[in-house]
Amino acid sequence: MTDSKPFDWRFLTRAGLLAGGIIIYTAAVGMIAVFQGRELLDGIFTLGQLLLVAPIIGANYIISRRSKGKQSIGHLLGNSAFVSLVAAMPVVALIILEGLIDIRAMFVSISPDLMAILTFGQDKLVGSFILILILIIVGFISSGMMLIQPLYRRAVLVGLGWVLGVGLMSELLTVTLRPLLGRAFLRLFFRNGTLLILSAIVIFFLAASLTFYWPSRKEQLHKRFAIMRPEQRKTLRSGTVVTGVILLLALPWIIGTFPSEILVNVGLFMLMGLGLNIAVGLAGLLDLGYVTNFAVGAYIAGILSTTGELGGAELSFWIIIPISVLAAMLTGFIFALPVLRMRGDYLAIATLGFGEIIRILALSDWFAPVIGGAQGILAIPSPTIGRIVFSGPQQIYYIILAACLLMIFVSFRLNNSRTGRQWMAIREDEDVAAAMGIDTVKAKLLAFTLSAASGGLAGAIFAAKLGTIFPHSFSLLISVNVLSLIIVGGMGSLPGIMVGALFLIGLPELLREFAEYRLLLYGALLIIMMLAKPEGLWPSAARRRELASSTD
Amino acid sequence: MKRITLFVLSIMLLSIILAACGGTTLECDDEIGCVEIGADEPIRIGYMLTISGATAFLGEDSRGGIEIAIDDRGGSLLDHELELVGEDSLCSAEGGQTAAQKVAADTQIVGVVGTNCSSAATSAMPILSEAGLVLISPSNTAPDLTDRAKTWQPGYYRTAHNDLFQGRVAAEYAYNELGARTAATIHDGSPYADGLQAVFADVFAELGGTITFQGAVNVGDTDMRPILTNVAADSPDLLYFPIFEPEGNFIPDQSTEISGLEDTIMFGADGMLVNGYAANTGPAAIGMYMSGPFVSGANYQALLDKWDAKFGGSPPSGFHAHAYDATNILLDAIEKVAQVGDDGSVLIGRQALRDAMTATAGFDGVTGTLSCSETGDCATGEALGIYQITDAEVSGGNWPPEVIFTP
Amino acid sequence: MRQRWFENFSWVGFILTSLRIITLVLVVVGIVGTLRSGKYTSSQWISLAVSGLAQGSIYALIALGYTLVYGILLMINFAHGEVFMAGAFTAVFVAEAFNKSGFLSQYPIISILILLVVASLVSMSVAILLERVAYRPLRGSPRLVPLLTAIGASFFLQYTFRGLYGSGFKSYPKVELVSGVINIGGSNIPIVQLVVFFSALLLMLALYWLVERTKMGKAMRAVSENKEVAALMGIDIDRVIVFTFAIGGILAGSAGVINGLYRPQGVNFFMGFFPGIKAFTAAVLGGIGSVPGAMLGGLFLGVFESIGPNLILEGLGIPGANQLKDAIAFTMLVLVLIFRPQGILGERLAEKKA
Repeated sequence: MTDSKPFDWRFLTRAGLLAGGIIIYTAAVGMIAVFQGRELLDGIFTLGQLLLVAPIIGANYIISRRSKGKQSIGHLLGNSAFVSLVAAMPVVALIILEGLIDIRAMFVSISPDLMAILTFGQDKLVGSFILILILIIVGFISSGMMLIQPLYRRAVLVGLGWVLGVGLMSELLTVTLRPLLGRAFLRLFFRNGTLLILSAIVIFFLAASLTFYWPSRKEQLHKRFAIMRPEQRKTLRSGTVVTGVILLLALPWIIGTFPSEILVNVGLFMLMGLGLNIAVGLAGLLDLGYVTNFAVGAYIAGILSTTGELGGAELSFWIIIPISVLAAMLTGFIFALPVLRMRGDYLAIATLGFGEIIRILALSDWFAPVIGGAQGILAIPSPTIGRIVFSGPQQIYYIILAACLLMIFVSFRLNNSRTGRQWMAIREDEDVAAAMGIDTVKAKLLAFTLSAASGGLAGAIFAAKLGTIFPHSFSLLISVNVLSLIIVGGMGSLPGIMVGALFLIGLPELLREFAEYRLLLYGALLIIMMLAKPEGLWPSAARRRELASSTD
Repeated sequence: MKRITLFVLSIMLLSIILAACGGTTLECDDEIGCVEIGADEPIRIGYMLTISGATAFLGEDSRGGIEIAIDDRGGSLLDHELELVGEDSLCSAEGGQTAAQKVAADTQIVGVVGTNCSSAATSAMPILSEAGLVLISPSNTAPDLTDRAKTWQPGYYRTAHNDLFQGRVAAEYAYNELGARTAATIHDGSPYADGLQAVFADVFAELGGTITFQGAVNVGDTDMRPILTNVAADSPDLLYFPIFEPEGNFIPDQSTEISGLEDTIMFGADGMLVNGYAANTGPAAIGMYMSGPFVSGANYQALLDKWDAKFGGSPPSGFHAHAYDATNILLDAIEKVAQVGDDGSVLIGRQALRDAMTATAGFDGVTGTLSCSETGDCATGEALGIYQITDAEVSGGNWPPEVIFTP
Repeated sequence: MRQRWFENFSWVGFILTSLRIITLVLVVVGIVGTLRSGKYTSSQWISLAVSGLAQGSIYALIALGYTLVYGILLMINFAHGEVFMAGAFTAVFVAEAFNKSGFLSQYPIISILILLVVASLVSMSVAILLERVAYRPLRGSPRLVPLLTAIGASFFLQYTFRGLYGSGFKSYPKVELVSGVINIGGSNIPIVQLVVFFSALLLMLALYWLVERTKMGKAMRAVSENKEVAALMGIDIDRVIVFTFAIGGILAGSAGVINGLYRPQGVNFFMGFFPGIKAFTAAVLGGIGSVPGAMLGGLFLGVFESIGPNLILEGLGIPGANQLKDAIAFTMLVLVLIFRPQGILGERLAEKKA
């Protein structure tokens, strides 16, 4: 790294080929062609085109960063041109190859549409030249960024980032803002859900100038805060808390129905994450069958409240909640018994098996007369208090909020309790914990049972929210998602669970537009996240200390 | 900083003035509201299909049908661009609900084509109905969805066959035409297959036949020998398995190895009426019967050709024709009720649109002649056909097979 | 004496013991019930068992990939089912082309060998890439972290192949050479099942030889025993790990083609999911980390799935028995793990720490 040769052709070729490979990949899985239909800037720039040039920008960023600004402009641009040229080669090869053999018989996404995008509607030869030219120009621009002063560069990049972000989210933004601001007003900024040039320029300058000026403002604010008197600070803090609480309570009405729906889904998974965290995060019991508790809670709630054919009890939601929770805890207890002596991955596969068993039983013809089998349970009424009906996501939000706060409180208390410390001892080393006199059987049973409670709670709310229950909802994917959000957030950390849920459940909902590539992006994000932050987004303090001190 | 604030403020002010000035000439008098489309705005149509997961082939299949229907109109309606807004509603109740919330939040969407799975429609319909939308499904078959006493909601339509209808026709054909007296059924745990086999079994017993076995496999099972051995214990005249690929391929293929099923007639439904099903299954599919949409003749062949040109290959499932018809019914209805202003803006009454869809009669689609009922069942009567697979389909590349019976 | 018994008495142990007894009683009642009803002939049982063996040998081939990686890295390679899918899905295009050109019917054995090579190469590349991108940078981090990247990689691979090859179902062409039945002991056994079983056996023997007799195998065993010491002995750990992933990939790819011979239909991007879980189950059943364990676990699971529902559940009078196949397979797994928490052939690991 230290010897920055002016022209390290091996490194440059590798960077170029990697970029070219990524372009080929996005083209071959069909992303470029599909996203061509999605305009980022009205009439000028599409998401497909962004995908086409993004690897070039990335490669140029890497090579110009490596030079650390020590190179002359000529060298920098020369390197950039070389990389872009290398990256363009596989793409040009694809263009030529497409005319020679029938690639589409195997790779369905390499369509005439894609070719038209890659060659800009020209014939193969001219199109290839245009493509190379454009890639080289984009490369120049992106490595040219290194030449600008850091302060300005940051402002420009942040500005571009904001334009990109708003452009990507424009559809959701228009849908959410339309009722608030009115159609006519919105049409000044967006046309048919895409960003107009003018508004892009406004956003760019706004964001860029804010970044430019913010550092000095921030310092001023810090100074002002530093000279405040203690009571003033206290008022400020309690003011912030009060504003936070009001915001939390008013949130669904500010953001509208669909974002509330996302929030409710995030909340449901957060609730399950808080529960699973007791087993996995605190006691170190790798449970891959958390969906069991969720399913039990949902089915108990469904059976007891439905007004349909399977019903009979028609209990109120508020009576059902404790029943569902107790039922889930009982299931957790029963399923914990056979696995008490299993460890690590054996435990994982056994619990995974339980999850599958529950799903299959729910689906089976055997239990169909009681719980509906494949046809599920229909007509589950919404919860009510007096005249208030909790039907939409904006109302369910409050139930979820209350449940989450309760679970956070419980988890917080458990974390610092005697039992909590016993669990942590078991997590670190079960044999040593047993030798220290901890009743591991009792502690493990307690962990599984308590962990199940919030799954049952989430299940009951899920049933009430959905109004119908089908066995297909209780797949392995739920267990995997809940486990993932705990780990992504940072094992054993309460704020981590919230961040993890927002990230893993909320983000894919926002990615809805990308339809068939949603899970592809989700998978890629999961890998990138774990590579970038193996300790999680918001690791607990204890974990952070461990990671810092241990070399292993 | 100040200048920027001023700039933003002035833009806001300007827009408010503009908004106040720009009144439209059309007045909405619809009881549940209208969709207002400006002169330069597109008409937005939504889809809610299962685009990811194990059932993605269903969604991709339907979406292709929708896109071709839009292409056939040159991508425009009433001189407005047609914009297709997509939602992945998965094959689950929660997926349907979330997608419905998203669609319902977008007040510019006129109507929605979807969902693939009945479970998604069940939880989506209350929201969509409340928002005044219409939903027309290419592949929901659950009887409850069009049953007023059950989960029917205003604004629901479908071009797929109600299980009650398809199951009955299949059972009657099996009993009366094929002369079967004993039958076994297999479903795959999907509400579709489970519902269909239940109706089949009921009607078959009603007619005087005997159901020897009712069983199920799981999606993802590859070994059908255990269940087929079970079926073979009674050597029924007919085996009815209205499921999907690939389990639907395994059953006839593996049944050749099981003694006791040599003379059993294989009978499937529209989930397997897929281009490629016969070739995938191999020689064991010859002689097999299927019920499904009446896709026959030049119209359907043209649709397949368009598919090949647009997407390459053939549709991955059997509901693209339903989706094509569903889209056309929706677009026709929009065309019928839209009021066009002098400046080219369009006003679509939501209740009027529902009324127009309900009034659909004698619609000449690629799946037969469709007429919608009060509760939105559009595919009844002759829109259903019984097919028999021959060697031409298995090794000759012919599709669809010939229709040998219509009710 | 009495005192000792009372001290050792634990109520968990009591529950587990009664659980064992109850299951045993249920199993016996079910089997007796089914056999007494006389619904199935013995030749039917034999053919079910043989088809279960064929199925199980495919599980075993995939399970070996799990077990090899686990033995060395102590991690569950959740994306291994997708490695299997990658090979099977790619080779199906080659098979189709062979079939169309008539090459397949002319030179069936050469064609199948080419298919095996193609599928193995693709699966191997995917496995190596997986190790390089998703696992290697995380070596030494808490063991749940690579589990998560594996889950991410699983999604990524599924939808990548869907994007590449589309979402429809493909199928392998029928190979004349392996179709037909052979009569063994009064029951008709399809030849393909024997071919599947013996080719899988051959591959497993080759693997066994590789692990036990070659230098690389020795290195693999050394690394799985103790990484630090192995490194000190001059073993290139990275190379051994890449080699392990490559072997797992080759076995999975071969399993893809063998599976295609056995059950030609159902080739699509999702096809790796269920076999992946099943093979993982088989690996744990046999004792994860143990090569013969994975083979035994796979075969056992295959046979049990094939005859279990009809033999046990039907006798108990449970409707829709075949639907519960996976449920009783998992129940059996849990029961086996109660009896032997380390799996059938697994050694008692004193909770090795990653």
